[in-house]
Amino acid sequence: MISKRIIPCLDIKDGRTVKGINFVDLKDAGDPVALASSYSKRGADELVFLDISATEEGRGAFEPLIYEVAKTLSIPFTVGGGIRSTDKVSSLLQKGVDKVAINSSAVKRPELVSEIANKFGSQCLVVAIDAKFIDGTWRVHTVGGKQSEALELFSWAEEVTNRGAGELLFTSMDHDGTKAGFAIEALAELSSRVNIPIIASGGAGTKEHFSEVFLKSNVDAALAASVFHFSEIEIADLKDYLRSKNILVR
Amino acid sequence: MKQVAIIDYGAGNVQSVRFAFERLGVKTVVTSDSSEIQSATHVIFPGVGHAKAAKSHLIQTGLIDFIKTLNQPVLGICLGMQLLCKQTEEGPTEGLQIFDTNVAKFNVNLKVPAVGWAPVKPNNHPLFERLHNEQFYFVHSYYAQVSEQTIALADYAIPYSAALANNNFIGVQFHPERSGEAGEQLLNNFLKLS
Repeated sequence: MISKRIIPCLDIKDGRTVKGINFVDLKDAGDPVALASSYSKRGADELVFLDISATEEGRGAFEPLIYEVAKTLSIPFTVGGGIRSTDKVSSLLQKGVDKVAINSSAVKRPELVSEIANKFGSQCLVVAIDAKFIDGTWRVHTVGGKQSEALELFSWAEEVTNRGAGELLFTSMDHDGTKAGFAIEALAELSSRVNIPIIASGGAGTKEHFSEVFLKSNVDAALAASVFHFSEIEIADLKDYLRSKNILVR
Repeated sequence: MKQVAIIDYGAGNVQSVRFAFERLGVKTVVTSDSSEIQSATHVIFPGVGHAKAAKSHLIQTGLIDFIKTLNQPVLGICLGMQLLCKQTEEGPTEGLQIFDTNVAKFNVNLKVPAVGWAPVKPNNHPLFERLHNEQFYFVHSYYAQVSEQTIALADYAIPYSAALANNNFIGVQFHPERSGEAGEQLLNNFLKLS
């Protein structure tokens, strides 16, 4: 009996938390350390920190900031952005990170998934997939959504699972930032295809969207950013609501 | 004065455990030096990753037999707890035989690794003082079977040992260092043991 997780996501650019719509039009959402610490106290079940420009700028995630966040958090901490080697994973774990998320680098070199899983264990590895629905297929995108790849979501998800991914973080680029609800059908399909935990991302706007994604697809966690950063939804209220729908939460 | 030694045997990350004790205002030392471990009031036996790899690291440090001789409270966390059992199916790997139970893999029909917060039902062991049915954070693909040394239960399709105790040796399957206020309370309770 495992509770459904509610995960705020901090998208980081130049050391600040930002939030965009459909991956562009970035808007400042505050100091990451202050936000992380407040989420830890307000009932978040985990925190995801994505350095969204790291891959594009060809550098690794911003470690001093990650260290400060890890120090204050008493909940699990996942970091993604520009992770291309097991050395980088090792260095992040030493900063107090619990799990790493890889995306573009896994597409570029799928062996990285197996290398990280073999060295640090699957429990430490989240594979993030950004996809957009184009001409009837969910097309995988990399480099913060900027580059379209010749990969289809479900087969890619199966491949990374076979290579040792511990969790999948799927973001629908069509739903991201729209606040119109999660990509329910794609998430339901995804959770029937793989047997590892799935984190749903993209489209959260109301409490009903969260209950819908948990009731209609077999996902394990739901991730959101702006609705939490701008206090449109309080995590405690959201959990009371989910409990009223008989969904197990912490 | 409490002094916590975290056994360093190259098996995964210990930084989040250090941070958790720092937030409680307690000094930690990460070490593979047996005299330093011996002189600590409390010892943490951590571990993430693969049991077989962790066991071989442990053999390399030469600490494997030494750990069994410790007299102060020792807390095995996650894979650390599993390595204190008789044997684990992961590998398979022989454990340190502190806990009288085996570690098995979750059924193939379940999502593994099992990731997330789950309710933990303790008996009256002092490790769980003021903790009744709180949730803790778990990440694992293997579980310790229920035995007479089980001091707390959790379930994932079947009941398993969320925590085990044998005299001064305690093991928890979950991660108290990442389990919010409940985790802090549990670590404080551990520090009160002597």
